[in-house]
Amino acid sequence: MARITLKNLAHSYYPNPTKDADFALKEMDHVWDDGGAYALLGSSGCGKTTLLNLISGLLRPSQGRVLFGETDVTDSATADRNIAQVFQFPVVYDTMTVRDNLGFPLRNRGMDPAYIAARVKAIAAMIGMEDILGRKARGLTADAKQKISLGRGMVREDVNAILFDEPLTVIDPHMKWELRTQLKQLHREFGHTMIYVTHDQTEALTFADKVVVMYDGRVVQMGTPEELFETPQHTFVGYFIGSPGMNLIDAKIEGTTAHVQGAVVGLGAAYGPTTGRTQIGIRPEYATLTAGEGLPMQITRVEDVGRHRLVRVQAAGQEISVIAPEGALIGADLTHVQFNPAKINVYADDWRVAPLAGGGV
Amino acid sequence: MDKTQNNKAWFLVLPVLVVVAFSAVIPLMTVVNYAMNDTFGNNQFFWVGLEWFEEMVTSDRLHAALGRQVLFSAIILAIEVPLGIFIALNMPKKGFWASLCLVLMSLPLLIPFNVVGTIWQIFGRVDIGLLGHTLAALGFDYNYTNDAFDAWATVIVMDVWHWTSLVALLSYAGLQSIPQAYYQAAKIDQASRWAVFRYIELPKMQGVLLIAVLLRFMDSFMIYTEPFVVTGGGPGNATTFLSIDLVKMAIGQFDLGPAAAFSLMYFLVILLVSWVFFTVMTNLDRREGK
Repeated sequence: MARITLKNLAHSYYPNPTKDADFALKEMDHVWDDGGAYALLGSSGCGKTTLLNLISGLLRPSQGRVLFGETDVTDSATADRNIAQVFQFPVVYDTMTVRDNLGFPLRNRGMDPAYIAARVKAIAAMIGMEDILGRKARGLTADAKQKISLGRGMVREDVNAILFDEPLTVIDPHMKWELRTQLKQLHREFGHTMIYVTHDQTEALTFADKVVVMYDGRVVQMGTPEELFETPQHTFVGYFIGSPGMNLIDAKIEGTTAHVQGAVVGLGAAYGPTTGRTQIGIRPEYATLTAGEGLPMQITRVEDVGRHRLVRVQAAGQEISVIAPEGALIGADLTHVQFNPAKINVYADDWRVAPLAGGGV
Repeated sequence: MDKTQNNKAWFLVLPVLVVVAFSAVIPLMTVVNYAMNDTFGNNQFFWVGLEWFEEMVTSDRLHAALGRQVLFSAIILAIEVPLGIFIALNMPKKGFWASLCLVLMSLPLLIPFNVVGTIWQIFGRVDIGLLGHTLAALGFDYNYTNDAFDAWATVIVMDVWHWTSLVALLSYAGLQSIPQAYYQAAKIDQASRWAVFRYIELPKMQGVLLIAVLLRFMDSFMIYTEPFVVTGGGPGNATTFLSIDLVKMAIGQFDLGPAAAFSLMYFLVILLVSWVFFTVMTNLDRREGK
């Protein structure tokens, strides 16, 4: 087990990349701490799988180095890196029994048969397949096959890291929850570094201590679920995390106030002058409907989503989502929408602008 | 509900019936007729029942030809299948070289059988053939016309040259259909090259390999033209396989009765083996589809 360091890493699927857009993964420096449970979150095609394949050695980076601990493994083959990876779609060895499938990585390393048997038994218990160990893997259902793939990923105890590439896509929802819990438990027990790729934010937020959000080939933010929620560093994080995502409104910033189409919105801190497209971001959870304070608005739609109601309003020339607490009356007297100043973030060209130090209201 | 009866529909199947009758049923029945009769000139037929069959089943000549035939099929399968797989494994996977390989590999398959025979007949001649002359010049006592071993070697090498491509192309198609994820998983699992072949490539090729073996078995079991052109079944009867013997008997000696009985049994053997293959393959499919 080791810390994984990515130094100036970038990858392009073209042989001679010239412009930024040629790179599937833009240049990045990143450190995955030993024993961390990370979720790698992002929309499809943003470079998540590319990043995993670079770490496991299935791809060789166009530039930069990959380090396990202090060892440079950029040029090492996958097999030498001793790393486990579980793919999105199940890969099983058809002609082998479930038992042989699970033990395959151990047998390839010439482990002691008694040890292999014990490990296979433990893993089978974890994925709930003890009673079909003797069956051929051919002919099992897709989710059973995927459980075997997961089991094969976890069978080695000494791997440097376990990489999961959207492993639960084909698993049915209730099993998904159970397997995720077991992965978490496995992490606590053995302390492997785990990187879990997903585009499902619930999956990411429940599995990981640290969530890494990728957008367009870049890591835009790494942080705890709370940090991602409260202070998204990039508008994509604001939009991608949360349901619904953050409201973004074009604004002009002057010190502690933002001007939104002639109206004035108070900010929780003072900001210096900004350049480029400037927006303020406010989570629907921190917006409230009032009878006279804030921006004038018109309610267009109210959706009851269980514990709370989601109100779509028209304000500042665009649609804004507001979460109204359960039981709150939404009547005709509500004409304005107000934002909690402390929860407003300011963005210039999609990146968060830090408030001036000591510039509190 | 009453069904409409319209017997005119039978006329619609009539063309098929006529074609099948003339192309298959009538010729086959003619052979059956020959097999049950002794014939002389002037189309005189004498009923002999199953006598020809009894004679053929106990015939040493037929046993010898069958033995040579089985040996030949076994040898070419034992060479062509592993060699074809080996070539397929080492062919480039994509790009210009892959296309070039595919074209070169398919060339032997496009050459008519008797042309293949003629090519090797000349190629192997000691006086003017490149192969025969070179071997002789190197001091080998090679002569396929009067040495049984040399004749066998020539016929086998010729068949390998002609047909290994088929096995290789089928295997190649099987290999190309394996998703990349399997190879990636094998790398992650630290599998050796042999383990990749044994547990990924071979199982995935199983279906096409069965087809390849079936085709090669049937074709080699019925082989006629190529060895006939090269060796004419000689020296002696050394390379007289079943088809060659059958033609000798039917047309050379004009023993139509025994030859007809012989050909019916020959047909049944091939039918039986093909049926066994077919059953095995469909069972495999069923297991796969479960």
